[in-house]
Amino acid sequence: MARIVAGVTSSHVPAIGAAIDNKRTEEPYWKRVFSGFEKSKEWMARIRPDVVIVVYNDHASAFSVELIPTFALGCATEFPPTDEGWGPRPVPVVKGHPELAAHIAQSVILDEFDLTIVNKMTVDHGLTVPLNLVFGSPREWPCPVIPLAVNVVLYPPPTGHRCWMLGRALRKAVESYPEDLRVVVFGTGGMSHQISGPRAGLINSAFDKDFLDNLTRDPEKLVRIPHVEYMREAGAEGIELVMWLIMRGALDDDVEEVYRFYTVPASNTAVGHIILENGKFARRSKQ
Amino acid sequence: MPRQEQPYDDIPGTFVFDAERSRQGYGINMFCMSLMKDENRKAFKANEAQYLKQFPLTAAQTEAILKRDYNRMLELGGNIYFTAKLGATDGHSFQHLAALMTGSTQEDYAKMMLAGGRPIEGNRSKSEKRRG
Repeated sequence: MARIVAGVTSSHVPAIGAAIDNKRTEEPYWKRVFSGFEKSKEWMARIRPDVVIVVYNDHASAFSVELIPTFALGCATEFPPTDEGWGPRPVPVVKGHPELAAHIAQSVILDEFDLTIVNKMTVDHGLTVPLNLVFGSPREWPCPVIPLAVNVVLYPPPTGHRCWMLGRALRKAVESYPEDLRVVVFGTGGMSHQISGPRAGLINSAFDKDFLDNLTRDPEKLVRIPHVEYMREAGAEGIELVMWLIMRGALDDDVEEVYRFYTVPASNTAVGHIILENGKFARRSKQ
Repeated sequence: MPRQEQPYDDIPGTFVFDAERSRQGYGINMFCMSLMKDENRKAFKANEAQYLKQFPLTAAQTEAILKRDYNRMLELGGNIYFTAKLGATDGHSFQHLAALMTGSTQEDYAKMMLAGGRPIEGNRSKSEKRRG
């Protein structure tokens, strides 16, 4: 049977993608950011997932204001990088896992989550930057990716509780898939940042650190944070953090924090990154 | 109908892109979306006012776009991920736009970010901001 072994969260700042694409990763400013992901790359090479599910948001790329799905699951065989106005990022085409994606769709819809099924979609920096951060810049991505796009652009995004429950349903779906697959779930976006209006540039490191602490130890506390608190404390765009709760909901209660990294800033954003292994898996892999 | 008061209206310097603003700003955002294509970027730059006529925009929205008043665009229903495409069409980096919206120079804005960003203290609510 398939099982979720770990969860990873990471910010998805577009400037990180631009730094990679323009080969500026060795500059001191960017080295500070990328050095925080060296251990994660080693960890990822050791875990070797068969599939990753990436919870992310689209930034007016695949979805404009014409169609705004709250949760959209990518069920296609592949997802080309979007041309975000400067030409598509020079990253590999993202290969999907349509069989597992179709199984997840069927399972979570019967679990009362009315997902939008997407059979044709491009993916923007929101998805490809986190892949770069933990996989580097290979010629092909090392495993299939199932994109799960969440609306966090138009208010209101789904509540933290709804995201958490979707994570739970996702876990049930994966665990009922008959093939033996090792799955890692990514929650992306965040941490504190505001990129719009006169308050742009807001960073709240105290909020971010608490969020990281509670993500490991007391996620149910995070599930109760109302939207207005995210926007007030973590910036208007900090509300993206609800996506991390889908990842956390998909893990067991008992997790082991394997790694954490936090730095300010990358462009306008606080970068946060955490790796959590399911407790059972962490103990087994140590034996 | 006047805009209904919302709990997040109290957050200073912030225009939340909610359903009401999305409805109002549909034209702004669809115009910005059209700038994803190079031929549209060229047509817009060749004659801005003429190009804007194909979108359902109010006079105030058209003026905000022509004047590159980014805060006003947000207030009238534009969303930052969309309006950033207008900034890119003008050849500006995102940080340039952020500095513009905050009323500071790009250099000062970048310095503020390197020093840890805009602090949360004094910026939580309009009443807190007034107290200073």
